[in-house]
Amino acid sequence: MSALLQLTGVTAFYGAIQALKGVDLVVNKGEIVTLIGSNGAGKSTLMMTICGNPRARNGQIVYDGEDITRLPTFEIMRRGLAQSPEGRRIFPRMSVHENLLMGAYGRPPAEASQDMEQVFTLFPRLKERMAQRGGTLSGGEQQMLAIGRALMSRPRLLLLDEPSLGLAPLVVKLIFGAIRELNRTTGLTVLLVEQNAFQALRLAHRGYVLVNGAITMAGPGAELLARPEIRAAYLEGAH
Amino acid sequence: MNNGAGVRVAYALQQIINGVTLGMIYGLIAVGYTMVYGIIGMINFAHGDIFMIGAFLSLMGLTVLSALGITSVPLALAITLIAACSIAALYGWSVERIAYRPLRGSFRMAPLISAIGMSIVLQNFVQVSQGARDLNLMPLIPGGLKVMEEDGFVVQLSWMQVAITITTLAMLGIFTWLVTKTPLGRSMRACEQDLKMATLLGIDTDRTISLTFVIGAALATVAGMMFLLYYGSINFYIGFSAGVKAFTAAVLGGVGSLPGAVLGGLAIGLIESLWSGYASVQYKNVAAFSVLVVVLIFMPSGLLGRADIEKV
Ligand SMILES: Nc1ncnc2c1ncn2[C@@H]1O[C@H](COP(=O)(O)OP(=O)(O)O)[C@@H](O)[C@H]1O
Ligand SMILES: [Mg+2]
Repeated sequence: MSALLQLTGVTAFYGAIQALKGVDLVVNKGEIVTLIGSNGAGKSTLMMTICGNPRARNGQIVYDGEDITRLPTFEIMRRGLAQSPEGRRIFPRMSVHENLLMGAYGRPPAEASQDMEQVFTLFPRLKERMAQRGGTLSGGEQQMLAIGRALMSRPRLLLLDEPSLGLAPLVVKLIFGAIRELNRTTGLTVLLVEQNAFQALRLAHRGYVLVNGAITMAGPGAELLARPEIRAAYLEGAH
Repeated sequence: MNNGAGVRVAYALQQIINGVTLGMIYGLIAVGYTMVYGIIGMINFAHGDIFMIGAFLSLMGLTVLSALGITSVPLALAITLIAACSIAALYGWSVERIAYRPLRGSFRMAPLISAIGMSIVLQNFVQVSQGARDLNLMPLIPGGLKVMEEDGFVVQLSWMQVAITITTLAMLGIFTWLVTKTPLGRSMRACEQDLKMATLLGIDTDRTISLTFVIGAALATVAGMMFLLYYGSINFYIGFSAGVKAFTAAVLGGVGSLPGAVLGGLAIGLIESLWSGYASVQYKNVAAFSVLVVVLIFMPSGLLGRADIEKV
């Protein structure tokens, strides 16, 4: 398997606070990789650092054989990465339709409308809400829109930051099902950040555990799921 | 209706016609303030001076074309408009590059101070290169329509006022289409609503911000040309009072709101014209500025504004 994304010794800072302390991580083509860790571990920072904001201070980020560590964010994103970020960041005063079009920024309109149909097949709910303003959607609908918007760029690497946060179990199931389906049918590579470790590890081929800005464990999803220290730290009460 | 009342109605109508014309000009300038504020959250104090430069460029353009023997007024106006807008757009672009972009991410007051500095630079530049005296233009579009006559008082709608209104509405129409329907307009709104997310979607936000300044400068130039044609006289200082009034219009309409900017412009134009007609011409600026103070104190999010926007 060949690596689509490779991080080596990546550090990141907010002012004087060090949020990432030398992260090594690989995502191979066609894989679903999950990154789990408790609140404040640095998961979202890692996702954003891959996209160049904040910029990695040390280390190297290679995407598809190219060093992207020092590229500006918009240049990185134009190379086939898409992120559904923490907090969803839906444009509140744009319609669902326009939010999706923003995802296809810079692509020919014909391709965009084709991809929009695929997003609607995945999340029919969004089609019903086409004309509604993003800011007035429910949490679940916003999450679908954030993922749909990310897919509109036809990415090769999809970064998902806590897509299950605050959603009803049924909606989480729907969204995880959609991720698995996309990965299976199109070979989409996914890096998934989750606090909800149980489902994430079941979905993912491999997982990493992030503690305090550093990777402490890595391995196949099923293997991590079986480890007692993981069960103790991240799966309390979840089954 | 007795004669006295008839004259009063006619007089009021005339003030309203004049006020709407003025309001159109202020509205065009206000759109530039509101757009820039929406995207980068700063008041571009040099915007009024771009308007002033637009008026000067228009005057130069018309002078040059008449020296070249172009006698068709519509042709001369069209050529001048395009040339002046292009050059002023370059000014707008440079202002952003030189004075604002290097300070992005700096402390809050830095770009504000830089904006005031830029405004002074532009004013002095024009004062030195063009002189401090009023420059005049003979009326290019004479005549008008007699709307009504009441007891000897004639209500006039000049062709100039018609031209200003039509041009402004056309510019606003084009601009609205650009913002609501085109990819550039969508990316401008995306930057306004969430700059960080916009970059995550592959938008070059620096470029979008530059284009916002360019478009704002072009609209201000159209306003400057209208001002020149309407008053027939300009100087290096017109950017200040027109700028503050347009800024007032933007605040009144709700900073960040495009329809609000136009509505605010009309309101300020009407207030100024009615004040001049009924109270005192000398104090017309005081009236407009009092509105600014009152709105800022009692209605900080304006007529169509959003409550979530933080005011400077
Ligand atoms: N914009 C920021 N400025 C300063 N500190 C931040 C910022 N964002 C996150 N942090 C800090 O960085 C650490 C990691 O945060 P984050 O990446 O959001 O963690 P997670 O996504 O795993 O919950 C936390 O200590 C958090 O307080
Ligand atoms: Mg997070």
